[in-house]
Amino acid sequence: MIKITIVDRNGKRANLEIPTDINLSLMEILKAAEYDILATCGGIALCATCLVQVLKGTENLPQPGGQELDMLDTLPNADLNSRLSCQLRINKEMDGMIFQIAAEH
Amino acid sequence: MITTDICIVGAGPVGLFAVFEAGLLKMRCHLVDVLTQVGGQLSEIYPHKPIYDIPGYPEIKAQELVDKLMEQIKPFNPGFSLGARVETISREPDGSLVIRTNDHTEIHCQVLVIAGGLGCFEPRKPDIDRLIEFEGKGVAYMIKEPELFRNKEIVLAGGGDSALDWTIFLANSAAKVTLVHRGDTFRGAPHSVEKVFELAKAGKIDLILQSNVMGLNGEEHLQSVSIAARDNVLTTIPANHFIPLFGLSPKLGPIAEWGLMIDRSAIEVNTIDFSTNITRVYAIGDINTYPGKLKLILCGFHEAALMAQGAFKYVYPGKKLSFKYTTVYGAPAF
Repeated sequence: MIKITIVDRNGKRANLEIPTDINLSLMEILKAAEYDILATCGGIALCATCLVQVLKGTENLPQPGGQELDMLDTLPNADLNSRLSCQLRINKEMDGMIFQIAAEH
Repeated sequence: MITTDICIVGAGPVGLFAVFEAGLLKMRCHLVDVLTQVGGQLSEIYPHKPIYDIPGYPEIKAQELVDKLMEQIKPFNPGFSLGARVETISREPDGSLVIRTNDHTEIHCQVLVIAGGLGCFEPRKPDIDRLIEFEGKGVAYMIKEPELFRNKEIVLAGGGDSALDWTIFLANSAAKVTLVHRGDTFRGAPHSVEKVFELAKAGKIDLILQSNVMGLNGEEHLQSVSIAARDNVLTTIPANHFIPLFGLSPKLGPIAEWGLMIDRSAIEVNTIDFSTNITRVYAIGDINTYPGKLKLILCGFHEAALMAQGAFKYVYPGKKLSFKYTTVYGAPAF
């Protein structure tokens, strides 16, 4: 199991345990866990409503691709730890990471 | 005051198709959308992406679907109020409704259909002190009347196509244009990026990279803008206008204040005709919710058909609704 911690918009923390063989993005996991996250475009890095802030473990994630960078660039308050959760595939390297759901922008 | 049978909030694919279903029953429609173009999410977010689940089309690009829908509804001559956001609805003594928008357009209708998708696209506002205070007094999020900016000193912020396109456009008529961007490369259309760098090189615009707008200064009106690079040293440049262009994101907006039953930003409807808890108000497409709801365009199309059948009694009270197939009767234009 891959264990990650999610901090919601109110600061509430919860641990999620995700099976290693699940082929989903972090956005899909967050939606399944009923977090208040929009994902307007359905997960193709075109709306940035699935934005998360990586609080721990940024170094474990692959660099954002071109499309994700395009979107992150347009956000006024994004920084190096901001990522689009629809572009983050769940994998073993995420174990122990902490993600915060970004404030609605 | 615009008078129509059905006022549709939202000109995305489902709002557009609703015009067709209403038209078959001889009901006229007027659509209102906050965007300045029709097509909703399809034209705003992913015009070039292929969609695979529209019945009859193994693959169709989003914008192409919008264009085909516009062609399909053309015979029914719908009216459009684009670039306008619906603010209030009020009830007339005879049960009909008056819809008012933020640019003071009034629409009198028998029925209101909310096809608002995931909400009203609103500009993303950066976290800058006094930004809200200067709205309308120097701060703008979209350019509706470019002539207002002639001979003015303008600062634009952003790194995408909007920021690039408006910088290029205003370079010709403004007294001074400064584009501020957090990064050092732009990710818009390559041709636009090239043009902006050319303009900067020729001294026609000022390009300030790796920087953010940190503050706005002025009394009754915006007078200058403070910018800082990574070193946090503030530089102040004079400006009459500041236009942050950080994209749009959808918000439920004024719809949330109308007394509708709302569950997680979606309007609860009954599945007989997709009417809401408010008489003569319907909700179709992604904006509604009911047991088993799927947020698919094709579901919105089906909801539009049933809604039209339900709305008929308000537009033609006392008249009998007889179900007619288009294969027998065609789709007679208005």
